Amino acid sequence: MIELRNMSKTFRTAGGTVEALKNISLTVNDGDIYGIIGMSGAGKSTLVRCINMLERPTEGEVLIDGKNIGELSTAQLRKVRRKVTMIFQNFNLLMQKNCLRNICFPLELAGVKKAEARKRAMELLEIVGLPDKAEAYPAQLSGGQQQRIAIARAIATQPEVLLCDEATSALDPKTTHDILELLRDINKRLGITMIIITHQMSVVEEICNRVAILDNGVVAEEGEVSAVFADPQSDAAKRLVFPDGAEESAWENTGERVLRVVFNGALAAGTPLITRMAIDEKIAANILYASTRCLGDKVYGNMLLGLPDEEETVRRAVNYLNGVKNIIITEVKGNAQ
Amino acid sequence: MLSKMFSSEAVTEALTILKEEIPFALWETTYVTVLATAFAIVLGLPLGVLLVAGEKGGVLPLPKGVMHVLNIIINLLRSVPFLILMILVFPLTRLIVGTSVGTTASIVPLVIAAFPFVARLVESSLRELNPNIIEMAQSAGASPFQIIVKVMIPESVPSLISNFTIAITTVLGYTAMSGIIGGGGLGKIAINYGYYRYKYLVMLIAVIILIVLVQLFQSIGTRLAAKTDRRLKKGK
Repeated sequence: MIELRNMSKTFRTAGGTVEALKNISLTVNDGDIYGIIGMSGAGKSTLVRCINMLERPTEGEVLIDGKNIGELSTAQLRKVRRKVTMIFQNFNLLMQKNCLRNICFPLELAGVKKAEARKRAMELLEIVGLPDKAEAYPAQLSGGQQQRIAIARAIATQPEVLLCDEATSALDPKTTHDILELLRDINKRLGITMIIITHQMSVVEEICNRVAILDNGVVAEEGEVSAVFADPQSDAAKRLVFPDGAEESAWENTGERVLRVVFNGALAAGTPLITRMAIDEKIAANILYASTRCLGDKVYGNMLLGLPDEEETVRRAVNYLNGVKNIIITEVKGNAQ
Repeated sequence: MLSKMFSSEAVTEALTILKEEIPFALWETTYVTVLATAFAIVLGLPLGVLLVAGEKGGVLPLPKGVMHVLNIIINLLRSVPFLILMILVFPLTRLIVGTSVGTTASIVPLVIAAFPFVARLVESSLRELNPNIIEMAQSAGASPFQIIVKVMIPESVPSLISNFTIAITTVLGYTAMSGIIGGGGLGKIAINYGYYRYKYLVMLIAVIILIVLVQLFQSIGTRLAAKTDRRLKKGK
């Protein structure tokens, strides 16, 4: 289990101090695939580097299995880093060494015998699906293949936690999907906890079970991915979940009352709800925005309904919709009182 | 002067001299150059590593004062002209070799002149390395020493070879100057015959051989650097 307690990080620069992280508290449970998402400059990379002390937090604590790793000696910290390993956006393979030796690298550092390290590296090549690339050099591989080698290297020392710093940001969508599949597979088969730093909502949707939304160095929102995605509370979360902002501009000047309807799960999304409402309640709702997305194996929908600016109609609509299971209704624009 | 230089007597004389002297001079030049460069690398490589690893934010930060002193020493040695340096280090040469003149004795000032230069070259090679690679090694639990030996130096090998090639050609140029203090080799022939005895043709040929030698070292170095660089190898 990883706990961050009231962690802050301040950088001193020539232009003054920059607060990269402000009072961050998070808990990542064993076996989690924990997403940390935010826009560029939100502090994601700093946050992940504080977990293995590549960056020292200015304040607060990082506890790994209850142990405060900020207090460890450098030698002890190096041992921890074999158990909390990392992969990167640009793979960071040793370009002058072949794949086999790249994977052997952390084992070599740990003092594992050469023959044993090689044997383990061959097994790892098998796990990441590149058994024939042992003798190839990184420059001969595609980005996705390089990341696979980096993943093999990162799990060579049998870590408990894998930190992924924008691990798929340099890859195309198809390759991203394949790499995420591999990470999920490793999480399931080897029980390695993953912390996934990304700016891509799709990455979080695809593999994470929990997510923290980082905005300007603070955690704006945190929770189960399905909950955060279905009904984002904070502005930062809304910006990420509804990235295009099209929905907002669409109803700004309509003079209607606007309800947000969130369909939580396949059942609700499969009902012709708006038509039913028109028939049953005789309320003609104007669909201003609608989208559906899949999270894991469930379908989530998000819809903005425009209603006439009449208190009675809005009340009836809310009542009607509230009567349906797995639907969350919020009024996002009231009348101008 | 030109007609005199290429007169038939002058050519015959030059050829006789060269036939007698060149093989040994070539050997001396090569031996002094290679040995002096090797020693310069032995001293300059660790120093160059310290210049990069020891700075603030490096893998092995050293006290600011130490870095300051290192830089001053290197700049100091680099700014003394080689001709004067040779004379300045006489006492040291006598201490190490037993004498301050002769071919072997010329290795000492060559090393003193070359190792700060090599240190700067090593420094620039290591600075080319992508800092993310070092961060990766740190995140994998590498100690500063492991980062230097297993990451910084091996990853910089092609660049180091290119730079050592620059060093060896520079040292080759210096060996020619060491003819002044009795160092042997092609430089001695050029100076003794050309400068002291006005046999310009001999000097010219000695210089041409030096040029060929530089070309040779350079092309071997360039080829070796390209061959060791795994980033350039595409396909199997």
